[in-house]
Amino acid sequence: MASAELQPLIYDIGAAGRSGVNLPEPDVPLSPLPTDLMRADLPLPEVGEVQVVRHFVKLSKLNYSIDEGLYPLGSCTMKYNPKVNEDAARLPGFAQLHPLTDEDGCQGALFLMHELQRWLGEISGFEAVSLTPAAGAQGEFAGILMIRRYHIDRGEGQRDFILVPNSAHGTNPATVTMAGMEVRELPADSQGNVDMHALHAACEGELRDRIAGMMITVPSTLGLFESTILEVIDTVQDAGGMMYMDGANMNALMGVVKPGELGFDVMHYNLHKTFSTPHGGGGPGSGAVGVNAKLAPYLPGPIVAIVEEEADDSPPLYGFVMPQKSIGRMKAFHGNFGMHLRAYAYIRVYGDSGIRDVTRYAVLNANYLRAKLMRTYPVPYPRYCGHEFVLEGHIDGADEVHALDISKRLMDYGFHPPTNYFPLIVPEALLIEPTETEVKEDLDAFVEAMESIADEARTEPETLLTAPHTAPVRRLDEVRAARELVLCCAPAMPAH
Amino acid sequence: MSYIPHTDSEAEAMLAEIGAGSIEELFEAVPASHRFPGLNLPPPMSEMEVAAEMLAISEANDHGQDFAMFRGAGAYHHFIPSAVNHILLRGEFYTAYTPYQPEISQGTLQATYEYQSMMCALTGMDAANASHYDGATSLAEAVTVALEVARHRRRKVIFSHAIHPQYREVARTYHQGRDIRIIGDRGRGEIVDLLEMLDDNTAMLAVQYPNFFGQIDELATVAEAAHAAGALFVVVANPMALSLFKSPGELGADIVVGEAQPMGVPLGFGGPYLGYFAIRQNYVRRIAGRIIGETLDADGKRAFVMTLRPREQDIKRERASSNICTNQGLMALAASVYMALMGKNGLRRVGELNYHKAHYAAERIHRLDGFSVDTSKPFFNEFVVACPRPVAEINAALLEEGIIGGYDLGQHYYHLDSHMLVCATETNGKDEIDRLVEVLGGLG
Amino acid sequence: MGEWKTPAGLKYSESDEWFAVDGDLVTIGITDYAQDQLNDIVYVEFRDSGDAIDAGESFGEVESVKAAAELYTVVAGEIAEVNSALEDEPEMVNADPFGAGWMVKIRAADLAGLDGLMEAAAYDAYCDSR
Repeated sequence: MASAELQPLIYDIGAAGRSGVNLPEPDVPLSPLPTDLMRADLPLPEVGEVQVVRHFVKLSKLNYSIDEGLYPLGSCTMKYNPKVNEDAARLPGFAQLHPLTDEDGCQGALFLMHELQRWLGEISGFEAVSLTPAAGAQGEFAGILMIRRYHIDRGEGQRDFILVPNSAHGTNPATVTMAGMEVRELPADSQGNVDMHALHAACEGELRDRIAGMMITVPSTLGLFESTILEVIDTVQDAGGMMYMDGANMNALMGVVKPGELGFDVMHYNLHKTFSTPHGGGGPGSGAVGVNAKLAPYLPGPIVAIVEEEADDSPPLYGFVMPQKSIGRMKAFHGNFGMHLRAYAYIRVYGDSGIRDVTRYAVLNANYLRAKLMRTYPVPYPRYCGHEFVLEGHIDGADEVHALDISKRLMDYGFHPPTNYFPLIVPEALLIEPTETEVKEDLDAFVEAMESIADEARTEPETLLTAPHTAPVRRLDEVRAARELVLCCAPAMPAH
Repeated sequence: MSYIPHTDSEAEAMLAEIGAGSIEELFEAVPASHRFPGLNLPPPMSEMEVAAEMLAISEANDHGQDFAMFRGAGAYHHFIPSAVNHILLRGEFYTAYTPYQPEISQGTLQATYEYQSMMCALTGMDAANASHYDGATSLAEAVTVALEVARHRRRKVIFSHAIHPQYREVARTYHQGRDIRIIGDRGRGEIVDLLEMLDDNTAMLAVQYPNFFGQIDELATVAEAAHAAGALFVVVANPMALSLFKSPGELGADIVVGEAQPMGVPLGFGGPYLGYFAIRQNYVRRIAGRIIGETLDADGKRAFVMTLRPREQDIKRERASSNICTNQGLMALAASVYMALMGKNGLRRVGELNYHKAHYAAERIHRLDGFSVDTSKPFFNEFVVACPRPVAEINAALLEEGIIGGYDLGQHYYHLDSHMLVCATETNGKDEIDRLVEVLGGLG
Repeated sequence: MGEWKTPAGLKYSESDEWFAVDGDLVTIGITDYAQDQLNDIVYVEFRDSGDAIDAGESFGEVESVKAAAELYTVVAGEIAEVNSALEDEPEMVNADPFGAGWMVKIRAADLAGLDGLMEAAAYDAYCDSR
């Protein structure tokens, strides 16, 4: 990657009249085109196939990726994406299957979705699962809409406050607002748990009758399992609220604890984190939601059900159904099926005896890094972590160096940086999540890089402050980007 | 252990470093009563077995490689040049995360910037974001933008009934917690009938182009009327149709949204697809989701970075207008490669092939006894056929002959029982169309 | 004491706006401390002139590259003028927060909200304590 060169824009290569595709001549009689409705110009590039391929291959070399190395981006679960899943997704029976195929004609796909619904429910201890949400944030939105409708149906529509810890992902409070509800933020205590005094005050004070529920990430975004989780759940539910679990950190829970058994009412899964579907440079994701019996009638639809039971000579017939009091559709059709089938293949590989190992080794890797790095960097919460942990990007004797500089310098050592400045409650946070697929040698190399960077911070801080030095570009002028707002390079359109 | 590389001796050495006696000890904070539950899952499988099982499951589906496909209704079977898939399979693209670290993400950033630019070119808009989940959610997000532009002082949203029924459902799902009304789509009238509903409480009016029935409506006067009422004019457009027809921007749209699946993304049973969102310059700061801008690095080299960041949920939290985080990045890359390959000349030709195939099919079906095609308006690659029998019956007969027939409109429109929405694209050869006509002819 | 300016004669809010009173016309901006915390300001947006506004309501928003802040008034009235020059030159808020970087003028119907504000010395102490 280091030697990769920046590329001209696709609009700046090619030549008039060139095209990258060879199309057949029409084999039907031509119909007259409605010239008065047609556009005069189509300002797209004019580039040949070889040039297009080279353009995008060269661009790809400017990226860092899991296939290249350790990607310890906390809260993102950058684990290896199995290649066999990519092959499966491209089978014509999946890739060329129309979403509005009559149910008789898509029994394979429906069977797969039905199995995945059941497996996800089993892993998390929930009664029912909908695969339709397209990403974690959409799963959250579905969950909060379900909670809202549940209260309205019980004649408690005045419940409009959702409690959110201040360590939460930004999607949590944003979701509450989208659902037309209000956020009440809760502080963390010195151990990184939810502050129980603040929680009791919120649930037992003037808001008591307006508490709709609480969103909480388990383990927390600090990578810590809340030792008070059962009390948190009881407190909110005693006040009449529902408990939403943000499942972003499910990689720390599989086979270890089932959120449904802890008492959660609803959670979302990130198939693109826990279940290995690729992140794709920003997406697609898949944010299935699991619920207990109280919320099952409210699930977003459609979900897959057996519509005709198995008989002696025929398998069960699967079909799409809308849950009785469904909050509705989250997207057209029925979710990101391409992610469902990859997650199916992933769970199938590990099976009943192996899925717990994913979590066991994810947590082992995180604690190993934590144990080694805490000799060099401050670790704010001195106890075992889950699948990730937070360091303070502060180096004694190098006060001008910030977490951001450490991150940028890691690029020169060939690593993707950890998550920076999140969670917001730890100063100079570096949130580190190695995942279970990383080998010990690479973890050791990462530790060495972090130690070497700490030395550099004291002896040659300028090297950090001006890092990266070997990446395709240096630090960017983000102020210029925001003030000048150059968002499009297409040739100018006809005047509006 | 599948994708876990640890040897037992390595795990022991790591535990020693941690100072723990076992991996299980690391979970001491989990309530003991709930720790390590059993899992009722099938047993593990080798890669070889999984590959075989996935193939078997996939073959239990009727798909576009084995059947002649005449179904569209929001998901389209188009030719995808091989190069698209080969670029998507580069691990540098598909195994990267969101480009939060721009110095080592210029590939994703520039490709997305080029995607934004080409979507602007197609739609006639000034800016496009890096994607929404699909066409339906991009329409739902357009409603949010229109409400924000009106500073929540206008509370009425007008939809044409000829917008994809599922898109309208999704918009209602999104806005069920808000004090707004979505109206206009219960009737079955023309767009001009919607104009009477415009008033100073209307935040936006949305139509589909071509509409759900494949037809091209006259939009310029609709845009004028919406603007005269101070409302935004939103167009849900099939980008493939924009290869031929005037861009919504040219016709006066303020926001153009839709499903870009036709541009290089396979049918895939409905997802992952690609919601695109394009907007005029004056509203660009209302756009949700990620957006890539050009800038310079410390050495003065041109580079790309996510910009307008404070709008997003991770910074603005409960004050953000949308919670979107993960989008459809890889599908945007597919569209980018597709549009680059097709280019100015190829995409126009694909559009013409769609037009000619669909018109040939429509003309032949219209001549069949008992069938008639609605030719009251110009259409692109889909058209409505009134049938002499229930559509389910016709489709069952077509399936016997290896044909996936049109979409049964009676499922969503009570006045369109026994009406079928037929789609023909560049992938349908004349022989397939003739076979479709022949089988239909036997059912008249 | 920090390295920010806090001119005497103005009133200061806990949400870091300054208020200058001239009869019933109140000019509002953000403090030097606030612009320093936000860093390079890239965008401002205000409600329209002529809008009625209540005490405690937001009159606009200011954005830097990595932060967004709502702007609040403590006086009710009508927005008499907004500093539209900042739309093209938001950096003026950084360069001259108490001068060319002023944001809105409100024709106040009720000045009572000013009573709860801090004087310069108290505001300095408040910033020091954060």
